[in-house]
Amino acid sequence: MNKKELGLGLLLVVISVITGMINPAFLSVVNLLNLANLIGLFGVFALGEGLVIITGGIDLSLGSMFALLGVVFVDLLTTYQVPWPLALVAVLLGGLVLGAIQGVLITRLKMQPFIVTLCGLLIYRGAARYYTTDSTRGFGYGDEAATLSNLASGHVVAGIPNTFILLIILALVLSVVLHRSVYGRWLYAVGKNEEAARFSGINTNMVIATAYIISGGLAGVATVLFVFYTNSVSPSSFGNFYELYAIAAAVLGGCSLRGGEGSILGIVLGTALLQVLQNLVNILGIPNSLNFAVMGTVILIGVLADQQLQARRKRKLALAGLARTAPRSTLPPGVEALPARTGDQA
Amino acid sequence: MAEILFELVGISKSYPGVMALNDVSLRVHHGEVLGLIGENGAGKSTLMRVLGGVTEPSAGVIRVGGTDHAQLTVSEATQTGIAFVHQELNLFENLDVAANVFIGREKLVGGPLKLVDSAQMRARVTPLLERLGADFGPDTLVDNLSIAERQMVEIAKALSIDARVIIMDEPTSSLTLSETERLLEVIADLKAHGIAVIYISHRLGEIMTCADRVVVLRDGRTVGELARDKLSHAAMIRLMIGRDLKTLHTPPKQPPQPGGCDIVGLVTSAFPDRQIDLSVRHGEILGLAGLVGAGRTSLARAAFGIDPVLGGEIRIDNAPVDVASPRDAIRQGIYLVPEDRKKTGLVLELPICENVTLASLLNYARMWLVNGTSERNVAKEQVRRLSIKVPSVDMEAVTLSGGNQQKVVLGKWLSMQPRVMFFDEPTRGIDVGAKSEIYALMRELADKGVAIVMISSDMEEVIGVSDRVAVMHEGRVSGVLERPQFSEYNVLRLAIGQALETVEAAAQ
Repeated sequence: MNKKELGLGLLLVVISVITGMINPAFLSVVNLLNLANLIGLFGVFALGEGLVIITGGIDLSLGSMFALLGVVFVDLLTTYQVPWPLALVAVLLGGLVLGAIQGVLITRLKMQPFIVTLCGLLIYRGAARYYTTDSTRGFGYGDEAATLSNLASGHVVAGIPNTFILLIILALVLSVVLHRSVYGRWLYAVGKNEEAARFSGINTNMVIATAYIISGGLAGVATVLFVFYTNSVSPSSFGNFYELYAIAAAVLGGCSLRGGEGSILGIVLGTALLQVLQNLVNILGIPNSLNFAVMGTVILIGVLADQQLQARRKRKLALAGLARTAPRSTLPPGVEALPARTGDQA
Repeated sequence: MAEILFELVGISKSYPGVMALNDVSLRVHHGEVLGLIGENGAGKSTLMRVLGGVTEPSAGVIRVGGTDHAQLTVSEATQTGIAFVHQELNLFENLDVAANVFIGREKLVGGPLKLVDSAQMRARVTPLLERLGADFGPDTLVDNLSIAERQMVEIAKALSIDARVIIMDEPTSSLTLSETERLLEVIADLKAHGIAVIYISHRLGEIMTCADRVVVLRDGRTVGELARDKLSHAAMIRLMIGRDLKTLHTPPKQPPQPGGCDIVGLVTSAFPDRQIDLSVRHGEILGLAGLVGAGRTSLARAAFGIDPVLGGEIRIDNAPVDVASPRDAIRQGIYLVPEDRKKTGLVLELPICENVTLASLLNYARMWLVNGTSERNVAKEQVRRLSIKVPSVDMEAVTLSGGNQQKVVLGKWLSMQPRVMFFDEPTRGIDVGAKSEIYALMRELADKGVAIVMISSDMEEVIGVSDRVAVMHEGRVSGVLERPQFSEYNVLRLAIGQALETVEAAAQ
């Protein structure tokens, strides 16, 4: 755990404790379990968004992807009576394919991630609304996928929501991928300096496209979770703005939009903090309309504080570098270099 | 002689460890064409930056109209009437000719609204373009103009600010023969109107045609001045060279072995109409000399799979190899130590350890999971072998000095199995001590059978380190020199495209 994550964790604890002191209901089991469920729901796709942001890109299409995959999923289960394992596979594949298409457009055809995924946002939403003629799709009274529904929205271990447990599992797997595997190392290298990565023989296009594919796949998983959370999909509003929650969580968790920075733990903590803030608005009786404003303010302050700390670190490094070359750089301009050699030139 | 326009007296400019300019004096008269020549790194560009007010000299005065200045500011330079036609043209392609000419000094209408008066600007630019004999109008988009035409726009811009001296830095490097002639006519016309031109070029033929006087720089000093009637190729080349070169050469332990890398008829995207033929044996250091932009870096990039190979092939030990990407090249044992280590050699924000293993990480992983211990051991091994001065392999590469950074780049390749290595300006910006370590390392690699191509613009390095020297000129190899033929004179002749008598037949 680095300093950034430690700071974020501390912030999370402090905010929780203060909120709990003002209104003990915050720390009630019911509220905490509800919170865990929301963190699970929003964390799953924030992980994918984080990977994309580490490549230096962005994925704006997630919310619309939920709507499109969601209506297809519900339709497969209800209208077409497809067995739920097949429908699940179809949705996951759908997410992977959409991610792959975006990845190819960005790497092979050299389009900007913002534009590709913005068009994705518009196209998927439009497709979902056209497909359903803008009508809400939901489950009837039959239990088309009771098993899956119970898995996705229920709890197996000690009342802890399965969504939260799934998030922890995915986070652990992706932590290994990002922080221990060759692919993870390449991802950071590509995000920090794509040119140098290419000059080291890394297939940078493959690395970047894979991040979009993983993000698409996780969007598929999140679609299923959200469908069983709401039990219906209204194509014009389902998942609206959710990509922004993911971006906010990743940025709050230490990902830089310039790429090459961030961690899985950070993204999870970022998601948790966002959900705690939303919850706190409710529990403290702050007008619900201020919800977004509170979130925006906290992100703004968080990123600002982080930048100041980084700048301080850079200055320190620069000073250390100056000390190393001091014998040379302290010569005023115009004075001929001394013949004596300094130590570090041997 | 005509009246003196301005004068530089005893100008020096030192950077830590380097004297870029050393006591340079220069006088420019009204309406003269002054040729300025010198090798790469002789100080021409620094001198021009001093004149343009971009670089502050460490010592000396700039005398303009009887007043002494310790330095010029950019606006003083402009007021003095100094204008530049840059090597890389500084024009806005998305704007039209008139807007470019008046960029930053737009004619305005509409009072407080400050709207741009395009009509007036166009009307003002038209006569300038006519005077230069340009066949495009002021409302042409710069994007649609050729390089030669863009130069005319730059000159029009200079005329529009009543420039009294126009500095042209390698103006003909991308021009065709007829465009070059046209430019020389324009220069003659400028001169007739009393405007001085400082003409910087490696093309001695053009200097012969247009210059009234030639000043030669070498190692930051003025080493000579030739009046118009004293101009000759031989005289200019003699002044440009003539240092005592220290012998750096360590002979190879054994004669070069058979086999190695053969580049046959290679066509790069930088020079699609030229073919490159070049061979380097195992155990040999081949110096690759030439002027900046002669196609040396493009060659290395193509051989390493960065740029596409448009034609020809690369063979190692007579077997053709496919280098569609750097990954392919690395698989074949072809490595490149690139020119810009900060941008392409290293990921500066990553630790030394991760930089060293970046290209070979799969070798230190099982089932795609990195084995931290073996990775670190390899990095430590390279740090020790290359004597990189760092407390720990966890330090970010950005904290290292230039020499140590370059060694990390080397460590990345040496931890693998090189067969052919390209070094592009391997010692640029590196202190003397680290330089000699890198030379020793290249020799050690060669003695182990690696074929080495060293691209260098440092004459001392080319002549001192190489076993053979190939010289490139405008996208092709203009000649190959064996050690007994090594001399600055020979390298420079080939670099400016004048074949040596003995090499001429082979180069054709």
